[in-house]
Amino acid sequence: MAITVIKGGKIYDPTHGINGEVRDIWIKDGKIIAPPIEADILPEKVIDATGRIIMPGGVDMHCHIAGPKVNLARKMRPEDKRYAPHVSRTALTRSGTIGSVPSTFATGYLYAGLGYTTAFDAAVPPLSARHAHEELQDTPIIDKGFYLLMGNNHYALEQIAKKDNEKLKSFTAWLLESAKGYAIKLVNPGGVEVWKSGGANISEIDQDIGHFNCTPRQIIQGLSQTAMDIGLPHAVHIHCNNLGIPGNWRTTQATMDALEGRRAHLTHIQFHSYGGEPDDQGKFCSKVQELAEFVNSHPEVTVDVGQVLFGETTSMTGDGPLGYYLHKVTGKKWTSADTEMEAGCGIVPMVYKEKSFVNALQWAIGLEWYLLVKDPWQIAMSTDHPNGGSFLAYPEIIQLLMDRTYRQEILKRIHPRVLERSCLKDLDREYTLNEIAIITRAGPARMLGLINKGHLGVGADADITIYNESSNILAMFELPYMVLKYGKVVVEKSEIRLQVPGNTLHVSPSFDPGLVGDIRKWFESYYTIQFENYPVTDDYLSGGGTMIPCNKK
Amino acid sequence: MQNELKVVSNATCTFCGCVCDDIELTVEGNHITKAKNACVLGKAWFLNHQAGEGPVARIRGKEATVEEAVEEAARILVDAKFPIIYGLSDTTCEAQRVTVAIADWVGASIDTTTSVCHGPSGMAFQGVGEITCSLGEVRNRADLVIFWGSNPAESHPRHWGRYSTMPKGLFVPNGRKDRTVVLVDVRRTKSAPAADIFLQIKPRKDFEVLWMLRALVKGLTINEADLIDTGVTLEQLQNLVDRMKACKFGVLFFGMGLSMTRGKHLNVEAALALARDLNAFTRFYANPMRGHGNVTGADNVVSWQTGYPFGVNLGRGYPRFNPGEFTTTDTLARKEADAAMIIASDPMGNFSQAARDHLASIPYIALDTKETSTTRAAAVAFTTATYGINVPGTVYRMDDVPIPLRPAFESPYPSDEKILRALEKKVLHLLKEKLQASN
Repeated sequence: MAITVIKGGKIYDPTHGINGEVRDIWIKDGKIIAPPIEADILPEKVIDATGRIIMPGGVDMHCHIAGPKVNLARKMRPEDKRYAPHVSRTALTRSGTIGSVPSTFATGYLYAGLGYTTAFDAAVPPLSARHAHEELQDTPIIDKGFYLLMGNNHYALEQIAKKDNEKLKSFTAWLLESAKGYAIKLVNPGGVEVWKSGGANISEIDQDIGHFNCTPRQIIQGLSQTAMDIGLPHAVHIHCNNLGIPGNWRTTQATMDALEGRRAHLTHIQFHSYGGEPDDQGKFCSKVQELAEFVNSHPEVTVDVGQVLFGETTSMTGDGPLGYYLHKVTGKKWTSADTEMEAGCGIVPMVYKEKSFVNALQWAIGLEWYLLVKDPWQIAMSTDHPNGGSFLAYPEIIQLLMDRTYRQEILKRIHPRVLERSCLKDLDREYTLNEIAIITRAGPARMLGLINKGHLGVGADADITIYNESSNILAMFELPYMVLKYGKVVVEKSEIRLQVPGNTLHVSPSFDPGLVGDIRKWFESYYTIQFENYPVTDDYLSGGGTMIPCNKK
Repeated sequence: MQNELKVVSNATCTFCGCVCDDIELTVEGNHITKAKNACVLGKAWFLNHQAGEGPVARIRGKEATVEEAVEEAARILVDAKFPIIYGLSDTTCEAQRVTVAIADWVGASIDTTTSVCHGPSGMAFQGVGEITCSLGEVRNRADLVIFWGSNPAESHPRHWGRYSTMPKGLFVPNGRKDRTVVLVDVRRTKSAPAADIFLQIKPRKDFEVLWMLRALVKGLTINEADLIDTGVTLEQLQNLVDRMKACKFGVLFFGMGLSMTRGKHLNVEAALALARDLNAFTRFYANPMRGHGNVTGADNVVSWQTGYPFGVNLGRGYPRFNPGEFTTTDTLARKEADAAMIIASDPMGNFSQAARDHLASIPYIALDTKETSTTRAAAVAFTTATYGINVPGTVYRMDDVPIPLRPAFESPYPSDEKILRALEKKVLHLLKEKLQASN
C-alpha cells in the first residue's frame, strides 16, 4: 500500500483547531492516516511543502454547474465564450469553453486548479436528475452532487396543505433516492407555482398559493422539519421569496422567524438583504445589519453569500418569475423552462457595473455579510456561480476579505451613494487565513454534513490543497502549488497531472415503502414519463458514487 | 436460440422525438412480435426490425475484424488535416459522449443532424432566448395549442394523444374539450381535420405572418394591405391574437416547416419572440417539434462538452462555433474536409450533390445498423446494434427530458458505444506514437 507524506507545510485545519502549525500529513489509500509510530515505515512519495500553506480541498456548497438550465445557458450564449479564455486540449485532458458557464470538463479542471475538490449544483428538477448526473460524470476530478428542487413540487404542496407529515417525509426520501440527490432545495417556495399558473408571483410568506391551498410559510416549515426528521446530512437549503426585490429583507426576516429554531441554510443571502421599496430605487439600501444580527444569535442557521463581482455573467435560477423580472429590467434575451409538477427556470445575461448604484450596493452588501457574521462557521463563500459572478472570482473575494485597504480602494471607485447606504466603509475586519479556511472548506463541509471533508484529521479524505505562502493573496489563491484528490496529485504548478473521475455524493434516506403506491398513483395521473423510468440507476453516478449516510434520530 | 417469449414493459421508442416510453414489447427470440401502445411509426420501427446482415466490419468493402477496422479508422482520423464527424441523432448519449471525445482528441469538426433540421432554431434561441417547458406542462395546463409548420398526424402520431391536445390534465380536466387547437401551414395536411382552426398561409410567408402577430399583440395597427400575399386576413389574425392573449397557457409547437423554409432562423426568431411577448399577458411557450429519437440528446451532449450545440470545430485545440463555417454540408460542399466519420446517419442519401461528391472522394468511417448508401461508399464501415431495441442507454425527448432505454434482445453486433470506445483508445495510442516520433 503506497504511503504519501506531505512534509513541512504550515497546516490550516480549523476543524481541529490547527492554525498555521508546521506538521506532516500522512496519506494511505486516499485517506489521511496517523503518522506511523514505527520509524522504519518509509513513504513511497514525499512532497516537500516547506514554506507552503496546507488546507483541506475547497468545498463549494452552492453553484450551478450541471443539468438542464446550465446547459440551456451554454446553448443560449455563444457570445459569452467567443472572446473569453478557453481550455486547450492536452495529451491528458479535454478542451473546453469558459465564459460565465464553462463546459463540463473545463468546470472540473478549473475547480481543481483553484484548489477546490468538491462542489454542489444547487438546483436540479428531479425529472432532469439523469441529465445532471450525466454532466457530472463528464465533470472530472471533483466530488459533486446536487440539491433537488422541491419548494414547488405538487405532491409536496398537497401533503403540506393536508398536514400529512408522514407522506411528506416518505415522498422526500423517495424523491432523493430516486434522483440520487443530496439535499432539499426550496426556490421561491410557492412563487414558482404561482408564476407557472398564470404569470404572477408571491410577495410575502403568508400568501395563499392558489390551487394548492397552502402558503410559503407552511412549505418552509414542513420541509425544514422533514430534512431534520429523515436525518439528511444537510439542512433544508432555502432561496427565499422575493429575490432581488428592494425591501425583500422583510421576507428574509420572516422566513428566518418562520423556522422557529429548526436547522436551515439560507442561500445567496446577499440577494435577499435589500431595504427600500419595490417600486422606488431611490430608497434602495442595505439591511445586512438587521439580518446578520439574527444569524449571530441563531447558531442553527447558516448562510452562503452569493457575492456579486463586477463584470459580465449569466443569471440562472429555478426562480422562473425572477428570470422574467430580470428580462424586463435588463431588456436582454430570456430563457424560461418549466418542468411538469416540479419546477421552473429562468436564464438572462447580466452585467454588474461599478458605476451602477444598484450593482455597487449589491457588491457592498455581499461583503457586509462576510464581515458582520461573527462566527465564520455560519457563513460560506459563494458567488452563486454564475449568478453573482464566476467561481473563478473566489481568490478576488479572499483578497477583499483579507485586505481592507484593497477593499476601501474599490469602495472609493464605485458609485458614491453606496457609502451612505451601506456600512461597509466602517468595517475594519480583516479575515485571517484560518477564517478563510473555515468559509471556503471547513464550514461548508460541516454545513453539508460531510464528515470526511473539509478537514485534515485521521480518516478524512485526502483532498488537500497546497499554496505557496505569499503576501500576494490573489496570486496565492489563484494558483495553488499542488492539489491532491483522494491522495493523488491531480494539479501541480497549475497543470492537470491526473484526471480522476471524482465521485457523485448522494443520500439514500429510508422511507415507508407502503406509501409509494400513493406516489405512483399521483405520478401516473400527471407525468408524461413512466413511473418505472423515473428513478436514476447507480450506473449514472460518477466514480461509482458515494452514499453519504443519513442520521435519523 | 430458442424462441423464448418475453415481455418488456416501459420500453422506449426512439423512432421520433416523442420518445414514448410506455411501449410493451412482446419478444420472441430475435423478433418483436407485438409493440403495444406504439403508433404506426413505432410499430414499424419495432416489428420490422431486422438485425443487419453481413460482416460487423468492412475495410473498403472487404470483410475485416473489428480490431483491423478500428485500427484503420483511427489511422484515417489521426492522419487527417481536417476531419469532420457527423450524425449522432439516432444513437445513445453514451455513444455521443465518446464521439465528442474522439473529435476533441483528433481536432475534428463535430456536427449533428441538428444542422440540417432545427439548427436555425438553435441560432434563433441564441438571438432571443426561448420560453419553453416539458411536455407534461402542456398536458396539465395548456388550453391553447398551436402547431406551425408541423404535421404531427404523420410525423409525431402520439404527440396529440400523449402530450398536447387529448390528455386530461390537472388544470384541463376535460382534455380535448378544454383546449383550442390551431394549425398553421402552407398546405392542408392530414393534421388539419383535427384542429379547431386551420390557417393556410402562403408558402414563404411564415415570417411576415408571425411578425404581424407580434405587432397585433403589441397593439399596433395593421392594415389589410399589409397582409396581401400572406393567405390570411386581418380578422383571422386578430382572432388568433385575441385567443393567444386570453388563454391561460398557450404553446406554439413549430416544425421544420418553419426552420427549414425561407427565412430559417429569422422565422424561428419571430416565433420565439412572439411567445416571449405574450408573457406580458399570460403564460405562453414555444417548443420545437424535434424529429429523430435522440437529436435532442446530441444537442445536449455537444453543448455540455464543448459549450456549443452543433457546428463546432476543435481544430485549434479548443471549441469554436460557427454555423455555415463548421456545419457538415458546408465543409463538404466547399471541399474542406479530408476525412470524415458518420454515425447513425445517411448523408450520402440526403446531402446536396456537391457535398456527396466530396464525401465520396475522401476516406471516411461509417457506423450504422444497416447498409446504407453512406456505409457502402465508406473506407471503413461498422454494422452496429440498434439503440432501444438492442442497446441500453439514455435518450432525450424533444423537450430535453432524459429517458432510459430498455432493450428487447441482444444483437450479434456491437453497440456504437463499444466500437467508439475501442476507436478512442486506438486514436489516443496513435496520437501518443505520433507525439513521440515528432520529439
